[in-house]
Amino acid sequence: MIKVLTKSIREYMRSTILTPVYVALEVLLECILPFVMADLIDHMNGTSMEPVVKYGAILLVMAFASLFFGVMSGREAATASCGFAKNLRHDMFYRIQSFSFADVDKFSSSSLVTRMTTDVTNVQNAFMMVIRIAVRTPLMMIFSLIMAFSINAKLALIFAVMIPVVGFALGMVIRTAFPIFRRIFHKYDALNTSVQENVSAVRVVKAFVREGYEQEKFGKASEDVRQEFTLAERVVSLNNPFLTFGIYTSLLLLNWFGANVIISSHGSALSTGELTSLITYGVQIMISLMMFSMVVVMITIASESTERIVEVMQYEPTLVSPENGEMTVADGSIDFEHVSFRYAGNSKKKALSDIDLHIGSGETIGIIGGTGSSKTTLIQLISRLYDVTEGTVKVGGKDVKEYDLKALRDQVAVVLQKNVLFSGTIKDNLRWGKKDATDEEILHVCRLAQADEFVQLFPDKYDTWIEQGGTNVSGGQKQRLCIARALLKKPKVLILDDSTSAVDTKTDALIRRAFAEEIPDTTKIIIAQRVSSVQDADQIIVLDGGRIVEKGTHDELLKEKGIYSELYTSQTGKEA
Amino acid sequence: MNKKLAVKPGTFSRLLKYILSKYTGTIIIVMICIIFSALSATVATVFMQRLIDECIIPGMTTGMDSVYKKMVSLILTMGFIYVLGVLGNLIYTQLMAVVTQGTLKSLRDDMFFKMETLPIKYFDTHAHGDIMSTYTNDADAIRQLIGQSLPMIFQSTLTIVSIFLMMLFYSVWLTIVVAGVCFLMMTISKKYTGASTKYMIRQQESLAAEEGFIEEMMGGQKVIKVFTHEEESEKKFDEYNEKLFINGEKAHKAGNVLMPILGNVGNLMYVVLAAVGGTLVIMGLPNLSLRGVSPISIGIIVSFLSMSRQLSQTIGQVSMQVSMIAMGIAGASRVFELIDEEPESDDGYVMLVNAYKDENGKIHETEKKTDFWAWKHYHKDSDTTTYQELKGNIEMVDVDFGYVPEKLVLHNVSLYAKPGQKIAFVGATGAGKTTITNLINRFYDIPDGKIRYDGININKIKKPDLRRSLGIVLQEVNLFTGTVMDNIRYGRLDATDEECIEAAKLANADDFITRLPDGYDTMLTGNGSQLSQGQRQLISIARAAVADPPVMILDEATSSIDTRTEELVQRGMDNLMKGRTVFVIAHRLSTVRNSNAIMVLDHGNIIERGTHEDLLAQKGTYYQLYTGAFELE
Repeated sequence: MIKVLTKSIREYMRSTILTPVYVALEVLLECILPFVMADLIDHMNGTSMEPVVKYGAILLVMAFASLFFGVMSGREAATASCGFAKNLRHDMFYRIQSFSFADVDKFSSSSLVTRMTTDVTNVQNAFMMVIRIAVRTPLMMIFSLIMAFSINAKLALIFAVMIPVVGFALGMVIRTAFPIFRRIFHKYDALNTSVQENVSAVRVVKAFVREGYEQEKFGKASEDVRQEFTLAERVVSLNNPFLTFGIYTSLLLLNWFGANVIISSHGSALSTGELTSLITYGVQIMISLMMFSMVVVMITIASESTERIVEVMQYEPTLVSPENGEMTVADGSIDFEHVSFRYAGNSKKKALSDIDLHIGSGETIGIIGGTGSSKTTLIQLISRLYDVTEGTVKVGGKDVKEYDLKALRDQVAVVLQKNVLFSGTIKDNLRWGKKDATDEEILHVCRLAQADEFVQLFPDKYDTWIEQGGTNVSGGQKQRLCIARALLKKPKVLILDDSTSAVDTKTDALIRRAFAEEIPDTTKIIIAQRVSSVQDADQIIVLDGGRIVEKGTHDELLKEKGIYSELYTSQTGKEA
Repeated sequence: MNKKLAVKPGTFSRLLKYILSKYTGTIIIVMICIIFSALSATVATVFMQRLIDECIIPGMTTGMDSVYKKMVSLILTMGFIYVLGVLGNLIYTQLMAVVTQGTLKSLRDDMFFKMETLPIKYFDTHAHGDIMSTYTNDADAIRQLIGQSLPMIFQSTLTIVSIFLMMLFYSVWLTIVVAGVCFLMMTISKKYTGASTKYMIRQQESLAAEEGFIEEMMGGQKVIKVFTHEEESEKKFDEYNEKLFINGEKAHKAGNVLMPILGNVGNLMYVVLAAVGGTLVIMGLPNLSLRGVSPISIGIIVSFLSMSRQLSQTIGQVSMQVSMIAMGIAGASRVFELIDEEPESDDGYVMLVNAYKDENGKIHETEKKTDFWAWKHYHKDSDTTTYQELKGNIEMVDVDFGYVPEKLVLHNVSLYAKPGQKIAFVGATGAGKTTITNLINRFYDIPDGKIRYDGININKIKKPDLRRSLGIVLQEVNLFTGTVMDNIRYGRLDATDEECIEAAKLANADDFITRLPDGYDTMLTGNGSQLSQGQRQLISIARAAVADPPVMILDEATSSIDTRTEELVQRGMDNLMKGRTVFVIAHRLSTVRNSNAIMVLDHGNIIERGTHEDLLAQKGTYYQLYTGAFELE
């Protein structure tokens, strides 16, 4: 699992390795420093400045070296961790770009966002911890122990006793705290969801006068979080007194036994300076222990994030472009040959069964059907947004699986039902269809999509800034801009999935007339709720429960007296 | 972003007051315990010095026996102080956990309680992401501030002051040296924390920008696929990512190097002290201290050295907290800003009550659900209460309205809806259809009351009671995390399962709900993302149906439902709404055809009104809209 992540270190490998090296050198110096300091104290005799100058100079040199290593390790760690995070996000983003519709459905976009943001930040912090602190603390402990033993092995045994005692206590704290933290994360999530729902559904809350109900609900959830979080913090807070206890006990023991040793040996087995160094080492050892326990906590917290990231990185996209795929789409003809389709998550029910349909290049096809009749599913197979379960879909006479995906999708433009405009100017958004579209081209497609008229009314015209999600244009305006965007591609097949539902009938008719006149060679497939949107089509298909139940022209279908004619009557009030 | 970073002056003291208002006693205990904890650490150095000067050095010449007693008493005193220190530490950390989480809970509750009372305008004018971040990022920053930074700063200040005091007792000269070095340390850390904070903020900004981009791209992933826009979005992502990297690297560099620098300035201090102290000893200069003038001893220098180490470590710890504190206070400032928002005003006094009519036709109030509502007027001047039957008569007279005063959205709108009538609004988006419904349920208030409900000016009706009498189904469906049943029951909290299922059947939602894996117990998450747009609308209609209100507003409620299903839904709704008033907004004309009156809106004016047949006969805009498609042929 970790291997997947370490692949993202790449050019920051140098920094990643240098950091612990510098850290080790810094720690080494930090451990020798008290030793030299002890020498300084011991040699200070009150008669000559010579020892002060000598040891002072050594100390200064060491301090500068330690400064250098410390600064370097800090800088390298910054580069390594930020670089690692950058590459990780890059890898994830690129991986996600290769996901198919089915893959995006599987993960859900909000979960992908969390994985790319919060989870990466967690892992980045843990990474920095590992290369700095996880190297630093054990080294510090080992060096300090070695130094302590070299000063006086007997007294150093005090540490040998204290380390396991304090270490055990800290370990218990982590073990108790971790499951609580896990629980907290879930409760905290629930709390945030509740806030988020209340913010976006404020109109519903107010309309049903549910403010009090929501407040009560929130109060309970926040009380829940408070109780758990207090418990967790109290457990973790025990670290501090445990550590203080460890330090103080060591100090008392050191002072007592140390004084005894000094006095009984008349300073030959241990000097006062050495005693102070021992104390310094003792404190360092205990603090390292606590830091180490913190690192363990951080890593365990990050491990869940790691899992979620790895899941994305190791996920093989279910739908890939064939190698050396066909690059040109001959024409806009479409053939469905006995096509059946199932969504992966819903494998019991077939979304489409035995669809057999042949559309000639340049034809206009209307598709109509009830909620859940799989209209959208049908057209998504044409640009290979999903792969068929059985049968084949052909565009321009060739199986869609033979085409290079980009080549196919450039020729089959789909205006999705749930469409999105992105933050940027209107022009920026339209140029999604064609990167280098000229102003004339943009104007042309907007006229076709009946968008030019309202765009001209905006103060900034085509440079009007569109907010994220296109919230500052109306539903109908958004739909027309989305159609224009698709038209810019000059596709051989144009699919409108209920794309004019918010556009009034008159404008809708104008759009269709423009299509007929301006892009006669493009195959047009129109999904609609309104009979008026499809009645001029060369062929109208009525879907019900994933099957084609009626097929023919407007007049033919009216004569059939089936679903279509029923719809026509209900919508127009005219008898078929 | 700059606006977001502005911290209102007085935020810090307000936060302190906020904590103290609930935990005065606890905070006093915490402070006493911190004092014990901090002093025990400092006092230890004094004992170390006494141990050396009074036991070890004389002991080396006179032998163990002569100093044994003294040593035992010193160590015991030390042990006693240490016990106090550990206890203090234990108590204050435990109490602070309680204080921190308790304060956070009341902050969260205060925010949420206030948020629920805010007018719709607040939500329409604030980015939802920003509101969310107050609950998450800002609350987290405050947690750090209260739980870690505050006690640490208090303890560190105590330590620093007590060390300085003790130093003065030993030697004024050496204290001056230490003070000089400390000043240097402060200057350095100010520079680095300044830089670190600056880049931290930049990092946060570029992180926010990148997150925004990721959110947008993930949301539009299917559009990216359709337009094969992957490469472009990858390229753009790399730009954001690179910017984040650069700022993050700078921020971390500045943050990471501070500790080693301060640590080694501490080492430098050590050497300087040794040199100055050594010189003083050799020159035999008189040592000035608070205890008077005496010769300087090696013991004093040793104590100074260890005190100086403690001092530099403490300063290092404090400087690490600076950015945290800045972020915590900025967070608190935003939290208080939300808490200080002006709530929705409500001067209404007319209430909606369940009632029944006695045999004389007199209306009485009752607790029971009677399917009969009455407006309860309390007349202050005569101290009497009268009841008036709720009928669902809605009247708008010459209403002008604009979301911003300069730009009117509605001009001179007048309309009458009698009980049992179905009134429809048609017109282009932006014509003001939704605005009218926003005014009826007082999501927005008109400056002058010209809307009457059963003859009562709606400004006189309590907002909750007014809204309870209006059922509303919106185009944008919002479902809550919970089961399908929970979501339907949202319309009326005491509805039984049977009533909810009944409502679902009425909305023609029962069919698909029973086909869901767990039927009515299917958990909905993420605003019901597992359902289709049309299915979500059906649930929201069932939710309004279970509320069973006397007046219903349907704002594009069936726009994503196919016409056949819509017909079924409408038939059900018509049954439900028999004798009640319904407002319908729809662009699909088949939806509004059987209305009693259709209002055609254009740029905030009602330009046509009448029944479907009337309007067709008028051959005006409605006729054009209706026949638009045919007219072109």
